[in-house]
Amino acid sequence: MSNKISETLTFECETGNYHTFCPISCVAWLYQKIEDSFFLVVGTKTCGYFLQNALGVMIFAEPRYAMAELEEGDISAQLNDYEELKRLCLQIKKDRNPSVIIWIGTCTTEIIKMDLEGMAPKLENELGIPIVVARANGLDYAFTQGEDTVLAAMAHRCPEQILLIEKKKVIQDSNIQNFFSFLSLEKKEETTDKNFEKLKKNPPLVLFGSLPSTVACQLSSELKRQSVQVSGWLPAQRYTDLPSLGDQVYVCGVNPFLSRTATTLMRRRKCKLIGAPFPIGPDGTRAWIEKICSVFGIKTEGLEKREEQIWENLKDYLDLVRGKSVFFMGDNLLEISLARFLIRCGMIVYEIGIPYLDKRYQAAELLFLQNTCKSMSIPMPRIVEKPDNYNQIQRMRELKPDLAITGMAHANPLEARGINTKWSVEFTFAQIHGFTNARDVLELVTRPLRRNNNLENLGWSNLTKKEKKI
Amino acid sequence: MKLAYWMYAGPAHIGTLRVASSFKNVHAIMHAPLGDDYFNVMRSMLERERDFTPVTASIVDRHVLARGSQEKVVDNITRKDKEERPDLIVLTPTCTSSILQEDLQNFVDRASITSNSDVILADVNHYRVNELQAADRTLEQVVRYYLEKARRQGTLDQSITKEPSANIIGIFTLGFHNQHDCRELKRLLQDLNIKVNKVIPEGGSVKDLQDLPKAWFNLVPYREIGLMTAIYLEKNFGMPYISITPMGIVDTAECIRQIEKHVNNLVSNKKFNYEPYIDQQTRFVSQAAWFSRSIDCQNLTGKKAVVFGDATHAASITRILAREMGIRVSCTGTYCKHDAEWFKEQVQGFCDEILITDDHTEVGDMIARIEPSAIFGTQMERHIGKRLDIPCGVISSPVHIQNFPLGYRPFLGHEGTNQIADLVYNSFTLGMEDHLLEIFGGHDTKEVITKSLSTDTDLTWNHESQLELNKIPGFVRGKIKRNTEKFARQNNITNITVEIMYAAKEALSA
Repeated sequence: MSNKISETLTFECETGNYHTFCPISCVAWLYQKIEDSFFLVVGTKTCGYFLQNALGVMIFAEPRYAMAELEEGDISAQLNDYEELKRLCLQIKKDRNPSVIIWIGTCTTEIIKMDLEGMAPKLENELGIPIVVARANGLDYAFTQGEDTVLAAMAHRCPEQILLIEKKKVIQDSNIQNFFSFLSLEKKEETTDKNFEKLKKNPPLVLFGSLPSTVACQLSSELKRQSVQVSGWLPAQRYTDLPSLGDQVYVCGVNPFLSRTATTLMRRRKCKLIGAPFPIGPDGTRAWIEKICSVFGIKTEGLEKREEQIWENLKDYLDLVRGKSVFFMGDNLLEISLARFLIRCGMIVYEIGIPYLDKRYQAAELLFLQNTCKSMSIPMPRIVEKPDNYNQIQRMRELKPDLAITGMAHANPLEARGINTKWSVEFTFAQIHGFTNARDVLELVTRPLRRNNNLENLGWSNLTKKEKKI
Repeated sequence: MKLAYWMYAGPAHIGTLRVASSFKNVHAIMHAPLGDDYFNVMRSMLERERDFTPVTASIVDRHVLARGSQEKVVDNITRKDKEERPDLIVLTPTCTSSILQEDLQNFVDRASITSNSDVILADVNHYRVNELQAADRTLEQVVRYYLEKARRQGTLDQSITKEPSANIIGIFTLGFHNQHDCRELKRLLQDLNIKVNKVIPEGGSVKDLQDLPKAWFNLVPYREIGLMTAIYLEKNFGMPYISITPMGIVDTAECIRQIEKHVNNLVSNKKFNYEPYIDQQTRFVSQAAWFSRSIDCQNLTGKKAVVFGDATHAASITRILAREMGIRVSCTGTYCKHDAEWFKEQVQGFCDEILITDDHTEVGDMIARIEPSAIFGTQMERHIGKRLDIPCGVISSPVHIQNFPLGYRPFLGHEGTNQIADLVYNSFTLGMEDHLLEIFGGHDTKEVITKSLSTDTDLTWNHESQLELNKIPGFVRGKIKRNTEKFARQNNITNITVEIMYAAKEALSA
């Protein structure tokens, strides 16, 4: 498949000198999502400084995360890592009594080769609290990939799908001759147990990716409309409610940056991965649902009409963005899906910068992007992995895009040079998934355009003193 | 290991970057993993900086871990040299490079052969110094580098200016109200007929550093950053320096008297007398002296306050409260542990107790125990105050975007005294007003009228939809509820479910 894509989509790789958030920032949304967790970031003052500044006011709300700040004694191994971590975790247990403590390994623990994975099971036994280790460090990962490392680590903690196997056995006994495929199995199940008729049409489906509970609920109910039952989410609202996994379980990602989690689910937990475009934008949501339904052999109902309806509702925003050009500098891995949606909205995408592109995990999304470009008769954007911000700014000066989607480090300087910008970080914190939230994505994208429409005639769009060569 | 939720002073490399990006045309290259360039965000967001922050990273990734940086750092330095043509490139070590122990000096030596820019390695150890100490050190390092270079090249001119002149040392990017303070200091010196020779590092050029010795004296407004440079200049060029922070009426006057002393030491014929100026400013330009005499300030007598911040601001504010306003400072403290002795000496006799700590929970506990009428502290104390319902005036970094006001808000000099008086007075009256409201049960004695017209509707919300509604933040919940009910009525639906809520959101694009 990747061959077919590269015929038309061009992939480049630059120097990797780009601005993004450190992956430990994932604690910010994950500690809120997993209500009974405690995140302990084992790192230095640098990590702490980033967290406290990036998360702003959250820090004052008695968060369920903290730094285990390494001091010189820890670095030079004068202190015993195990004893030190035990001391801190005991205190956390005493103060907060969480259901799980998640250790976030950082660059420093990598460099000094602190054996977090080795210490965790020992301490877990001693403490009686599960300890999950995720290495979300800046040596290996960018921004949202932090969540990927945490979910991949958590996938190991999900209970084994025992119930299903037992149930299957019962069915097996009575209907051995029909045990060939899921479809036939389900038909039998329906006839044997009328109570399961509505609930048990599809084999267990676990969705992975951390979403606000409202959005998760919206996506689940979208699938329910097509009679697809979601049996669980990774992560769930509480650590104690992690979904069961096993070789009969189908899994599907809701975010483009979860390739490690997908790999872990497939290889280690033997789940079946449904590779679909991501439910961002009405086009993406429909394609996502259709793919899941097709895997389960379900014919979708009224999806087309529903998508149309959503587009209809977006009309005022679409008029604003049609024909405008976008430049993604790239820092959070949502870029491909967002670009695909914006192209469908009638925008022209010059460049999709992206920190890391897993062509296998994102295959369906890439194909969808390609098809969208074709159907909208818009040239394929160049996809730049590990971009170089300096080069990108030079290109932006040439291309003069109507909108740059960029990190906060570049937003104000670009605005001062007359380029509209939208902070990319907002897309990670806003609700952008599903039909219902399509409007919110465009709300974000059009905000700078709407604001600057108001200011256009005031004659002060360029606010730098001299155009120094940037 | 230390369990930490929050810190007052940042890591060392932040201090170095603040020095580098304060100078004009100086570029810093951090030897750091991806994501450590968060400084750029802070500068761009907090200072609302229009230009790209001149800081890039030479990324440390897996490959560097395995094989070392090799050519990478050198290549990045020479590349930046070509792209931006800076005067100076500062290679900045981080906590990561501290442990990797690569020979960064070697990279610097190699890069400086091929590049047109000067290249130096910031001499800071992540595990030994904090942001403020690192900034102090780096500034001294840069100044020393350029003065020694000038001396080697024979371009160093050690004669002083004809008219009295001064250097202002220690105005920084991301410093607490530094830009405003700088303007106020320039005005003060202008009033005294003293020329400003150089302001460093903010807005200064490293090429001009060789002119530093031309000034008659150095003014170091902040204790934390700049003192090392001033001491270096005194030792090597015999330049006197004034380290009294001109904050508050008494200290501003004291600072001006020091200036008078140093200036008169160098003039031979006529003697300067600044006393009339001090008197005029104190009594009529600054309103603070009059304020301390007015009835308003009388009401503040003996009220309890707590002060916490960096050494400079906490010490000065403590003395202003106690000495100039008659407020009782129950406790004062600083997070500048490295400067504890100086701090204790400064506030001796102006407060009941002294707290030296960088642990914000200790500060919080102290405030809860004392229950002052007002707090003067950092952003952290502001939040502690919120939780305890005690008003707080912010007097020191750590910074927040609201501490970078667009309007003119110096803390130093005579205009600074006005600003501080306002800040103090507003904090206390707000507290008093709050108190009275509590006693008399608020402004409104009638029941609050809600926006919805009827409380009883024909619509029923099922259990799930009610739960869903409760998840929506309070300030928009009413709107969502109304819109959903409107949608339900339009569609003749009586039973509201979660699905109806979403459908309503889509239909009304609420």
